[in-house]
Amino acid sequence: MDITDFYDTFFEEAEELLGDMERHLLDLDVDDPDPEQLNAIFRAAHSIKGGAGTFGFVVLQETTHILENLLDHTRRGELTLRRDIVDTFLEAKDMLHDQLDAYRNGAEPDPEAFERICRTLKQLALDELGKSMGGDTAAPAPAAPPKAEPEPAPAPTADEPVAGDSGGDAGERRLCISLLDVGDKDRQLLVEELGQLGEIASQSGDAKRYDVHLSTGVSNDDIEAVMCFIVEPEQLTIVDEGNSGSPVAATESSGAPTTSSPAAPAAGDKTAAEDAPAASAPESGAAKAPDKPGKAAAKPAAKPKGGGAESSSIRVPVDKVDQIINLVGELIITQAMLDQTASEIDGVTHSSLHNGLNLLQRNARDLQEAVMSIRMMPMDYVFSRFPRLVRDLAAKLNKEIELVTEGKSTELDKSLIERIIDPLTHLVRNSLDHGIELPDARETVGKPRVGRLTLSAQHQGGNILIEVIDDGAGLSREKILAKAEKNGLSVSDSMSDDEVWQLIFAPGFSTAEQVSDVSGRGVGMDVVKRNIQSMGGHVEIMSRYGQGTTTRIVLPLTLAILDGMSIKVGEEVFILPLGAVLESLQPSRDDLYSMAGDDLLLKVRDEYLPVIALHHVLDVAEARTELTECIVVIVQGEGRRYALVVDDLIGQQQVVVKNLETNYRKVPGISAATILGDGSVALILDIADLHRLSRRKSGKRAAVSTPSAQEVLPS
Amino acid sequence: MTTTTVPQTPTAVDKAQAATDVHSQEFLVFSLGSEEYAVDILKVQEIRGYENVTRIANAPDFIKGVTNLRGVIVPIVDLRIKFHLENVEYGGQTVVIVVNVGERIVGIVVDGVSDVMTLSPDQIKPAPEFGVTLSSDYLSGLGSLEDRMLVLVDIDKLLTSEEMALVDSSTAKK
Repeated sequence: MDITDFYDTFFEEAEELLGDMERHLLDLDVDDPDPEQLNAIFRAAHSIKGGAGTFGFVVLQETTHILENLLDHTRRGELTLRRDIVDTFLEAKDMLHDQLDAYRNGAEPDPEAFERICRTLKQLALDELGKSMGGDTAAPAPAAPPKAEPEPAPAPTADEPVAGDSGGDAGERRLCISLLDVGDKDRQLLVEELGQLGEIASQSGDAKRYDVHLSTGVSNDDIEAVMCFIVEPEQLTIVDEGNSGSPVAATESSGAPTTSSPAAPAAGDKTAAEDAPAASAPESGAAKAPDKPGKAAAKPAAKPKGGGAESSSIRVPVDKVDQIINLVGELIITQAMLDQTASEIDGVTHSSLHNGLNLLQRNARDLQEAVMSIRMMPMDYVFSRFPRLVRDLAAKLNKEIELVTEGKSTELDKSLIERIIDPLTHLVRNSLDHGIELPDARETVGKPRVGRLTLSAQHQGGNILIEVIDDGAGLSREKILAKAEKNGLSVSDSMSDDEVWQLIFAPGFSTAEQVSDVSGRGVGMDVVKRNIQSMGGHVEIMSRYGQGTTTRIVLPLTLAILDGMSIKVGEEVFILPLGAVLESLQPSRDDLYSMAGDDLLLKVRDEYLPVIALHHVLDVAEARTELTECIVVIVQGEGRRYALVVDDLIGQQQVVVKNLETNYRKVPGISAATILGDGSVALILDIADLHRLSRRKSGKRAAVSTPSAQEVLPS
Repeated sequence: MTTTTVPQTPTAVDKAQAATDVHSQEFLVFSLGSEEYAVDILKVQEIRGYENVTRIANAPDFIKGVTNLRGVIVPIVDLRIKFHLENVEYGGQTVVIVVNVGERIVGIVVDGVSDVMTLSPDQIKPAPEFGVTLSSDYLSGLGSLEDRMLVLVDIDKLLTSEEMALVDSSTAKK
């Protein structure tokens, strides 16, 4: 198998890791950083470095290496974080992303950018670490010689003299690695790891001190790096013994007998950092050399500890998941069928069969639920990329902005989630650039200096609403009208606000005073609208001058899981989106009022609601016609409230929304379909559209036939 | 769910013929009333019983509704109603042929499926221009087989046609 086959996996993985890194960096409390987060950032950099090395992405590997060193110092508390350091890290992360993209497209990353970021990082290392270097000379752990155990005689003959190259790679050497105060389980793990790094000549000791004699070609630093995933550096001493002829290793072991002290890697870094001003080819070559063995060694070591966080997901093509979802659906139906058959069998003589079937039913439902959740992703996936964007843009625009996200856990189908990112980014940029004013301007109009941008997501009425809300200046009706006139759009002063706001979706429209590189070129909103429409949704704008703007994206459900209420009319079952249901009640005759012939109104708590009978709108046969025997469900959709007449409520359930348009077409009054437990299809009602359909129908009826006697006349 | 496999090619001779003559086509023969129709077998996905169809309101009468085909919502069209046949009954013998039309899956209700026929090009005659209920636009020809005549339906054209109302005219244009 060709190694390039794994490129894609690496790219995806690296991208995910970079995302993690960014998230943690943004979350980081500069004054009191959470060590877990620092570790997570470090691990991400480390894993990318490892992968980059394996696949020979030299530039990526080097950049991550430098970054990793810095991060390592940070997590050891040798480098005190500051806002600007975090910014530099973020910048480095972006650079890594660019490099990754370049490799993905089969190109070499921009060498200038690479050198620039290396210089920046090294300069940072030099500036920051130079200060804290002084106190690090005292090694914390004494490299005591082994106690009473008979020391196995080192076999000097076995060691081949190999000239070490400039880095710590020193050929085969004998090392004595002592583990101090390491628990049994960890020790086993460590010894195993060491076994992978080299050949273990002997091992002995107890929990207090455990010596492992190892012949290896891996440098001390790298061994330490591996071990430090499991134990603290203080618990580790590495002593070179019987090493023949590697000058580098010799100086290392004589100069700093305990490499466990942070001084050793720091010193190495320092030398690297010192020639930073002359960032050039030989220097980057040197940086690469010690890294090579390190990545091979560190990769397996990263697993035991990082396993929980890093490899907790697998990548599966979506169509495979869809197939599973469908198959599980089939299983449920088969199970229901079995149940049906079993119910005709005598329960006493076949009780074990019945018990088994009950168990099967429970398991099948659990399985279905679990499988259905695979395709769904929380909106957090989208929202989590905005803190960075907002932070950067706010800085660029000299604005102070607080980002609030709501409904992060709202689940949306993966395919929609991915397509919503671009339009949403656009809207956020717009809000930041045109919406929220500069802090001083805000103060003069009596608003807090810090602008607030809210991103929210929620299920409503069978749709998903995603809103971008800012408390900025709002849209200016006059400006938009003037601009539209200039652009040759037909406008009039009598247009409603809604119509005016819709104008900004016209191509080439921007009311920004000045084109910035953030937004204002006017190519934005029409693209946003087109994108949303291609997903079958629409965009609404609500704005008050001086108070802010809300942009609402309404998306229909495709495969979203919907909380539904199943209802029955005649012999047919329908699903009402639970979000649209306000309450249900049995109407009494006194609360019903007729109006203008056919129309009925229901009085609910001093509010008169139009009554729409589902069996009328959808022509259901054999429905109950006596209103007082029916159930009325008060529903709300697109701001309209009405009373929907149904025969019975069956119950609440979660349903998978299936698109009707895949194989059929849009059906008026119906948003989608779903499959019930017994395998039959139930239609999901579209509350708002049902209202329109009802009006169309009654309009037609009134036009065609003479008003006939009403079926139900309130007495 | 009852799912039967497509009936096997009746004779070995037919098979051999199909193998030798690359131009001959295999057709699934089904009956509507007393007439015999056929569709290109490559369009047929499966044959199943008629059951569990959910009615769709405000749709033409020949659209019986939608059903669940292993998690996929599939519309069911009754060709007998579309072709104005008498005696439209639904029973244990009523058969649904599930066909792939473009990227869509549609079920068509027929009275029964008889067999699979291999027709060579010279057995396929052009369809005469006639037909009020079934426009010859939707026919790919007439198959003559000794004393039998098969109406070869161009199922793609038929089911995506506007009069079938299966496809949104707006989405169809895209």
